[in-house]
Amino acid sequence: MSLDDRTRDLILKAVPNLRAFAISLTGNVDRADDLVQETMLRALANIDSFQPGTNMPAWLFTILRNLFRSEYRKRKREVEDATGMYADSLKSQPEQGSRLEFEELRVALSKLPDDQREAVILVGASGFSYEEAAAICGCAVGTIKSRVNRARNRLAELMSIDGLEDFGPDRQTRAVLTTARRA
Amino acid sequence: MARKPEKPEGPMQRERHSEPGESAGLTREATVKIGQQLRAMYDEVVKEGVPDRFTEILNRLDKGDSEKDRGHES
Repeated sequence: MSLDDRTRDLILKAVPNLRAFAISLTGNVDRADDLVQETMLRALANIDSFQPGTNMPAWLFTILRNLFRSEYRKRKREVEDATGMYADSLKSQPEQGSRLEFEELRVALSKLPDDQREAVILVGASGFSYEEAAAICGCAVGTIKSRVNRARNRLAELMSIDGLEDFGPDRQTRAVLTTARRA
Repeated sequence: MARKPEKPEGPMQRERHSEPGESAGLTREATVKIGQQLRAMYDEVVKEGVPDRFTEILNRLDKGDSEKDRGHES
């Protein structure tokens, strides 16, 4: 196996994002780092199947996502209460001081089904397009869109963000908010 | 003619794609709020950069390879 500098650089450059994705999926830094390490080893072993010039981050995210899913399936067979495990793993990390800020969000994320959680993170935080996220998750673009929507709605509900559209779109408010965002 | 990209390609370097207005059933304000929190949480980890263990894996493999190559040559 030979690793040219550019490929090596692309892999390293993706690591911070892979970690962020893995931590969002597992809720556990140690498990996440193991997952990223396993992803790197898997990628290096199969580097010949990576086509230079194509999307390296998407390729690596796909590997990580599939590793997580197969590990999770195994785990789920062993432990019925996987959500409980996830919640426990959150509690066991008091040292992550800076991350306490996002505790409410983490707990809310832990309550989402896997498919919704990965979709909302890939599109909403990693910055992948719906098309890229669909390729990573191996599903249709429409499926990703609806998962992202459901995830956002559920997160709003769990985090008590008052955001249900009772009166339909208020064009003026929307225009103001859009302007503020782009400013 | 293919133009040389100024920056390496990849979603992380690009503008984020989430379009807050698209969530059916939620106000734009709520969708924006959720998006901001997700990104803030995510970026907190991204800011930590590449922990040594990951650089070391690549270094070790590179080293292992060159030693193996030398072995083949001798």
